[in-house]
Amino acid sequence: MLDMTTVRPPTDPAELHRLMSLMTGDEKHSAAATSTLDVLHVLYDRVLHVDAAHPDDPVRDRFLLSKGHGPMAYYAVLAAHGFLDEAELATWARPGSRLGLHPDRVLVPGVEIGSGSLGHGLPLAVGTALGLRIRGLTTPRVYVLVGDAELDEGSNHEALAYAGRSGMSNLTTVVVDNDSATHRGDLAELFLAEGWRAITVDGRDHDVLETALTAAHDDRPLVVIAVVESKES
Amino acid sequence: MTTATTTSTMREAFLHATAAAIDADDRTVLVLADISAGAEPVPDLMRRHPDRVVNVGIREQLMLGAAGGLALTGLRPVVHSYAPFLVERPYESLKLDLGHQGVGAVLVSIGASYDQPGIGRTHEAPEDVAVVDTLPGWTIHVPGHPEEADRLVRESIDGDGLVYVRLSSATNAAPHHGDGLQTVRRGSPDDVVIAVGPTLDRVLATARPDATVLYTSTVRPFDAAGLRAAVGEVPTVTMVEPYLEGTSARVVAEALSDRPHRTVMIGYPREESHRYGDHDLPL
Repeated sequence: MLDMTTVRPPTDPAELHRLMSLMTGDEKHSAAATSTLDVLHVLYDRVLHVDAAHPDDPVRDRFLLSKGHGPMAYYAVLAAHGFLDEAELATWARPGSRLGLHPDRVLVPGVEIGSGSLGHGLPLAVGTALGLRIRGLTTPRVYVLVGDAELDEGSNHEALAYAGRSGMSNLTTVVVDNDSATHRGDLAELFLAEGWRAITVDGRDHDVLETALTAAHDDRPLVVIAVVESKES
Repeated sequence: MTTATTTSTMREAFLHATAAAIDADDRTVLVLADISAGAEPVPDLMRRHPDRVVNVGIREQLMLGAAGGLALTGLRPVVHSYAPFLVERPYESLKLDLGHQGVGAVLVSIGASYDQPGIGRTHEAPEDVAVVDTLPGWTIHVPGHPEEADRLVRESIDGDGLVYVRLSSATNAAPHHGDGLQTVRRGSPDDVVIAVGPTLDRVLATARPDATVLYTSTVRPFDAAGLRAAVGEVPTVTMVEPYLEGTSARVVAEALSDRPHRTVMIGYPREESHRYGDHDLPL
């Protein structure tokens, strides 16, 4: 069983950049490469109850990376938290590596879903949240990370309409908003209209991210819109 | 507990078998997109087990994605709609939300091929078995009688794999149970007819008198060993399938790759149908 009281030492941001460099070879990383980095950092340091020693524990929290593109930050965080050996990071994106350009749950410990094709994570998260409820597992929470452009995909709209009307209080969606959607509207309004609680925060500020990601939403799902630099900047 | 053996249609048999599983176990979940949500015994089932009948509304991508998520938590989703909305519209979700995640589900369709000839192309999917057959690891059942549907649904729910069960309003007069190819009429080993699911009675009525007639309600995996055991050195094998013609040409050719043979593939032709009314299988 997970020890839910474990307080992990905070991960040094420089350490995550060093781990990413083992994959990218770059000492500095572009905003596009790190759009998810701070959200992942806060989730794994301060929010998620997951333990690399027990990756299949039924009562673990589930984190689903729906936006599977550019998973270097994800792999770096998984390595920092013991799910991956950092020596494996050097194999990233090479033929035969477990660490591909899109993560694969069958290959990588701690990865809850294989992703890459946009619009699959939120429906899978809805099913996971339902399944935990059916199994009587009231402790674990489900977090799914999507991109703002990913919300163009209609499957998300099927999922968020259903989730918002089903009292899905164990579900949190994190939208990493780097202003890359074509024909976008107001993201918070989109979720609010379907019955979600919505919080928009600075996607680089760890303290406000933590506050938002742990905010109470006892009767409805929560969306945290984490605004980062524009993809074009 | 309800038994399905007295029900009159495959759809009723399936819904009762699923309800019985939900009553009896703690892992089966029926996932719907409105279709059959009001059909007996579903309303009573929802009252008994409100968490274990999930009706997402008319949202078939979510229906499949949610099934994948349910399976990831260790549950056994049974997913149901008309064939085109179950396996064609959300095809990528069959591939990614189930197969690629390494989880299983039981998909059960109604409206086989041209079962409802007045309803038109939008609700007709004679391509369904061929579509599912492009994906690895799927078992495909084509029951020919409500009692077969009952048995195959129960067995599928008890397993863990990827299963597509194609129900039809067309049935044979009697059920034929058993796995793989079953010999219904023993005749020449050089003239072998395989009848799939509800085509059997019509095949028996129209096949050459001295032909061997085999029957199967399971087309994937295909019983290649059973076919090889039934045929002679230079056989003609006629495959009669109640869906797109040639759907099983690949597996029959693979089964007979060790001997010269002739195959005849009977099914519905590839056509962009704009016709309301009966589509007869060209037997």
